[in-house]
Amino acid sequence: MAFVNLQNVTYKYPLTKTPVLQNVNLQVNEGEFVAVVGPNGAGKSTLCYALAGFVPHFFKGEISGSIEVAGMESSKSTLDEWVLNVGLAFQNPFNQISGAKYTVFEEIAFGLENTGVPREEIRPRVEEAMKLTDISSLADRSPYSLSGGQQQRVALTSILVMQPRLLVLDEPTSQMDPIGTREVFGVVRRMAEGGMTVVMVEHKMEWIANFADRVVALKDGQILLEGKPNEVLTSDLLAENGFGLSRYTSTAREAKKRGLWKKDNLPVTLDEAVEGFS
Amino acid sequence: MKIQIDNLRFTYPTGLEALRGISLCIEAGEQVAIVGQNGAGKTTLVRHFNGLLQPTAGSVLIGDWDTKKYSVAKLASRVGYVFQNPDEQLFSKDVETEVKFGPRNLGHSKEKIDGLVKRALALTELSDKTETNPYDLSPTWRKMVALASVIAMDTPIVIFDEPTTGQDAVNVARIAHVIAELRREGKTVITITHDIDFCAENFERVIALSNGQVLLDGAAADVLGQEETLAQTYVDPPQLTRLGKRLGLKEIVRNQEEFLNAVARD
Repeated sequence: MAFVNLQNVTYKYPLTKTPVLQNVNLQVNEGEFVAVVGPNGAGKSTLCYALAGFVPHFFKGEISGSIEVAGMESSKSTLDEWVLNVGLAFQNPFNQISGAKYTVFEEIAFGLENTGVPREEIRPRVEEAMKLTDISSLADRSPYSLSGGQQQRVALTSILVMQPRLLVLDEPTSQMDPIGTREVFGVVRRMAEGGMTVVMVEHKMEWIANFADRVVALKDGQILLEGKPNEVLTSDLLAENGFGLSRYTSTAREAKKRGLWKKDNLPVTLDEAVEGFS
Repeated sequence: MKIQIDNLRFTYPTGLEALRGISLCIEAGEQVAIVGQNGAGKTTLVRHFNGLLQPTAGSVLIGDWDTKKYSVAKLASRVGYVFQNPDEQLFSKDVETEVKFGPRNLGHSKEKIDGLVKRALALTELSDKTETNPYDLSPTWRKMVALASVIAMDTPIVIFDEPTTGQDAVNVARIAHVIAELRREGKTVITITHDIDFCAENFERVIALSNGQVLLDGAAADVLGQEETLAQTYVDPPQLTRLGKRLGLKEIVRNQEEFLNAVARD
């Protein structure tokens, strides 16, 4: 039995005419790192909300099909039971930061306080999580005095500290500098290796190919394709449907037409591109 | 219109020194990308260009105006600024009112305002959404409304703070088109970005900031090829530049055409 199991999930927000998710079937094993890619409006954030229980518990609307995580069924659970297993880092950190705390340290401790973690356990857990994402030096700053990328690290850390069994990340590196982005992918990879299940929405194909186990391509609320990163991210179907491609992939595709790329498979990562062009 | 920055320093009220002596000159009509680590001072720097922040020491001149002597409202006629997060700047009930707000406040004639608004909406592909409330649009389109509302002000200098964040390939291409169009009109475009591939493909000059100082400044190919120095401010060279280097290509390549031509030659 898969750790995450979505069966025929169709969902419509209260005010939209057409479903945002249509017949989505998705299984994710425990400790697996799945990346979700897709154009804007494909339903990626809604999928995150569905995994995190906000759809339908918070947003209401019409849902059919079933969503199971860790053996619990979403429709039979309350949001406060759900959050003990699932953590979501929002796309826009500004919408996630509580506004109730004066320092980054307190902000990260907020979730633990609310779930009744003993005081003496909170401090070491917050310190450890901040070390993991390299924000210890920001501990005493106000969350609102930070740059966009720093805020995004705080938002991510405040979820990691909860040690959810399912970690859902909605474009967690969108405002981060390039090397910081790569580091966050590395941290997430390590979490998955430690047994955490990860579903991450991202546009950065090179790092997805380097770090994720599997890729799900979403378009118009439906799963267009899923499979190994290299297979999905080099597929013609993605190129034809307005998905962003790694520059290695798009350039090798053009090189192939000019007879400069001889291999059958296209590259997604630097190493694959170096090998093919050498 | 030239931007002249002399030994600019800025300390936030909390005591954090965000800019530590920056001197730069940006000529009229230049296309400049600013890159660098989170917290390097990129946003703090550009917020000095329209007077949102005032130097703690040093000076910023926009043309012949010293930003210390002009209000933000006055400077808005020379410098347009698109915020990183569109939700921080949108407040009107519909897209057209939002886009009109800026040019109307600059005191243009009705005919001129209508022309500017029409052009900005066409450029950002919003012409069919004029009556929609910006908050009923997806974040993607809200970003385009934010762009349009600043473009409509027709300022000689336009600043974009991370325009491609969270945008898909189609929309990144739209934004690149907007920037190309502004370049054609002779505007100065200054863009903060972490998207180094986008930076390499659309900008001639790149400034890398690190800890409130200028780390590198020059032609894009020169700056983006310096892998070790860029790493000090958490920036990787563009994908094709890295690939060219690994393959031992003689020149530094920035985009697909340069790369494929170099591969064909070698």
